[in-house]
Amino acid sequence: MPILFYLSSAVAIIATIMVITRYHPIHALLYLVVSFLAIAMVFLSLGAPFAAALEVIVYAGAIMVLFIFVVMMLNLGKETAAQEKDWLRPAVWIGPGILTLVLLMEMSILLLAPPQRNVAIAVVTPRQVALSLYGEYIIAVELIGFLLTTGIVGAAHIGKQKKKSLHRFLQA
Amino acid sequence: MAPISAHAVLIVAAILFVLGLAGVLTRKNIIFMLISIEIMLNAAGLAFIAAGSRWQQPDGQIMYLFILAMAAAEVSVALAMVLQIHHQHKTLDVEDLRELKD
Repeated sequence: MPILFYLSSAVAIIATIMVITRYHPIHALLYLVVSFLAIAMVFLSLGAPFAAALEVIVYAGAIMVLFIFVVMMLNLGKETAAQEKDWLRPAVWIGPGILTLVLLMEMSILLLAPPQRNVAIAVVTPRQVALSLYGEYIIAVELIGFLLTTGIVGAAHIGKQKKKSLHRFLQA
Repeated sequence: MAPISAHAVLIVAAILFVLGLAGVLTRKNIIFMLISIEIMLNAAGLAFIAAGSRWQQPDGQIMYLFILAMAAAEVSVALAMVLQIHHQHKTLDVEDLRELKD
């Protein structure tokens, strides 16, 4: 439904603007959850219910939990917010802001030039996605399995706190 | 049902991508830069979903699945690196991390 799409994309854009302007990390993360939920609604209105469910479960669930745990472990609080406030002066953001705005305008002009086509909303069911995923895309599924395995091993290896061990002759 | 213009979806994806790009360019804290990268990946996924529903094919959702798995792997490794950096340098400022340059 168009009204659902326009409303939820407006919510997503406003929440994303709030994410990139917050000083406190937890506030930014909570606005990011709102943004992800709004994008899940956009997916639903475009006829992709499977992608919408995955957006809520993986992005708004798993990835956000990882971020919040890291912010809790590093104990980022008021000092970080004050430091961010010090860093985020207009002199810092005005240059990148103008440049990215120019890029967005170019993209919009390119997109609005050709004749408009409409998305006919028909639901692509999870059954179709699964048949295609385990049919023609099976190699890519295996490769993404490799990627996730290396991600787990790499995270476990990098995140390990190494104990500094000296040779027994060097120990005091 | 009244249709949605495909260009409107792509413009929403472009706006979200540009917001994420501006976040990466302006922030100096690694956590905020990672958050902005997540926003950009999500915008790319939105464009794939829009293309998939424009042609009524499942391929767009499959590419979105791959982006999702890639984002999960990336964020786990990156957050482990953030923990390690905070442990060793006691800061999250990217400008303090220039051991490779010196």
